[in-house]
Amino acid sequence: MRSVLRSSRALAALAALLVLAPVALHAQDTTTRGVRIGLSYDPSGKPGVVVLPVSGAGGDSIAAIVSRDLDFGDRVNVIMLDAASAGAAARASVPNWALLAKLGAAAAVQVTPTASGLHVAIYNVATKQTARIRDYPAPSMHATRAWRSAVHSMSDDIELALTGVRGIASTRVLFERGRRLWEVDSDGEQLTALTTAEAPGSSEWSPDGRSIVYNTYTPSQIVVQAIGGRPRVVAAGSGVYISPVFSPDGSSIVYAHGVDDGVDIYSVPVSGGTPRRISIGRGSDNVAPSFSPDGRRIAFMSGRAGHPEIYTMDADGTNADLLTPLDIGESAYRASPDWAPDGRQVAFQSRIAGTFQVMTVSLRDRGLKQLTSDGSNEDPSWAPDGRHLVFVSTRSGTRQLWVLDVESGRTRQLTRGAPVRLPAWSPRLAGD
Amino acid sequence: MTNRSTVLALLVVASVGIAGCRRTPPAAAPAPTPAPDNSAQARADSIAAAQRRADSLAAARAAEARDAAARAATQRELADILSARVYFDYDRDALRDDAMATLDQKAAVLQANTGVTMTITGHTDERGSDEYNLALGQRRAAQVKRYLVSKGIDGARLTTQSMGESQPAVQGSDEGAYQQNRRAEFDARNAGSLVRPGA
Repeated sequence: MRSVLRSSRALAALAALLVLAPVALHAQDTTTRGVRIGLSYDPSGKPGVVVLPVSGAGGDSIAAIVSRDLDFGDRVNVIMLDAASAGAAARASVPNWALLAKLGAAAAVQVTPTASGLHVAIYNVATKQTARIRDYPAPSMHATRAWRSAVHSMSDDIELALTGVRGIASTRVLFERGRRLWEVDSDGEQLTALTTAEAPGSSEWSPDGRSIVYNTYTPSQIVVQAIGGRPRVVAAGSGVYISPVFSPDGSSIVYAHGVDDGVDIYSVPVSGGTPRRISIGRGSDNVAPSFSPDGRRIAFMSGRAGHPEIYTMDADGTNADLLTPLDIGESAYRASPDWAPDGRQVAFQSRIAGTFQVMTVSLRDRGLKQLTSDGSNEDPSWAPDGRHLVFVSTRSGTRQLWVLDVESGRTRQLTRGAPVRLPAWSPRLAGD
Repeated sequence: MTNRSTVLALLVVASVGIAGCRRTPPAAAPAPTPAPDNSAQARADSIAAAQRRADSLAAARAAEARDAAARAATQRELADILSARVYFDYDRDALRDDAMATLDQKAAVLQANTGVTMTITGHTDERGSDEYNLALGQRRAAQVKRYLVSKGIDGARLTTQSMGESQPAVQGSDEGAYQQNRRAEFDARNAGSLVRPGA
């Protein structure tokens, strides 16, 4: 199945080579940051890239990781070499331009392990020139977590060089499984348990990716924890504490809390202090805050109209406004908003024909877009590129994490095994 | 050895025999000397008296056991009333008629036992947002508390919390399971010796 996909992708790139190679280079020049959301994106319009065989210790791993990182980024068409091509490419002391052109590559990436790390050359196949050379630090012990992080970080920089947009390989996804919090690399590797706390609920990353915040049920509280550090309670008491997030400046924790008179959204300094109520729910339930990237607005879900809907309000709780258009007929159930990193749309889950699907709503024109239809799909969380979403789906039979490229519609399964809940995609992480 | 001491010795032997082991028949202890004519009667009398004392003791113990069983049954019945779950409709926190009937019984027991305090835990079925379901569970617990307070129970005796959809009573993804899971549970404290309402 996979090899069929690879060869068909390579064929597509090959067929389109003459037309597409200049397009790819043009895109590299003009795209500086982000992607125009809503742009109709032809998957075959992506530049073809060959990751050349890597010699030396861990060479095969490096080539495989970089290829997969670029592939998962969905901005280039990674052309996999068959054994004969790989052998021919490996034997060549200079880039085999004819072979690369024949494979439909607009660019080729050559990684060479050195004493201090990894040396990367990027070749422009159309001009038959070396487009860029750069060295990256990496631990000498390959296959360790730190080494994998260094390779992912290098992949992201290669993607930046190829497409103008930094990749998301050096990110992780946080989620709940079996009453514990776990994190997994964006490529599905390095699954690690993060907390020993019983029954964690939803969790979120700090803006610098060095800490997380989560709620627990028993006792009912909000906990901040540095990665690798000890948990610290920032809010606790009777009733429920739900869905904490960091403010974009990292200075405060915003969460939902309620005892006997509805649930409202509160804010408390990360360093601790007296919580301040933000939302004015008048006895209704108001949960799941998500900040706009500039920190000025908060999207949240509220039952104030009798059924759960997505609203926005100013960060101080004023100017609350219904974001999702009111449905006629079946009472809507819209939940779990997550504001996109580019600020232009909010992802959420909506009940459609009795089951949940992931949707987006545009901040500009309130236009709705349904992104999923296979199984039940819940709890979307944006990757820092504003283009990929991770969410919980039952499409494989159990609740697992899936990643969707909202531009191309391509999906991949991120977790397997015991059921999971409540994913949170990290910001881009510095190497650890 | 006198007659008196013989009778005492027999009495002690008989009592030990009766009290010590019911299954052993009253043993005729070997008399060291031939008994006088009235000694047989006295011996029978003393055995009968010991038997009567043992019987009355057993009767008292039986009565006590019956009372204890009755008290335990009452305790169980009242504890069951306090712990009886109430159930909700999908995505609702409104109390149904069956829930109110259950809560009326609870209110009466709480009125009669003012030292009892209770934690009310709201739960939901698995459908919907995890986060919203935590809020919904809290709303259900709070609704139950409001009802009990309206029946005269001091709100300070009632604590509310929510587990959302995280602790289903039964597994399953059908309406039967969903209904069992849309519930409030009750955990009573200081409820070791409950008094029946009106007693």
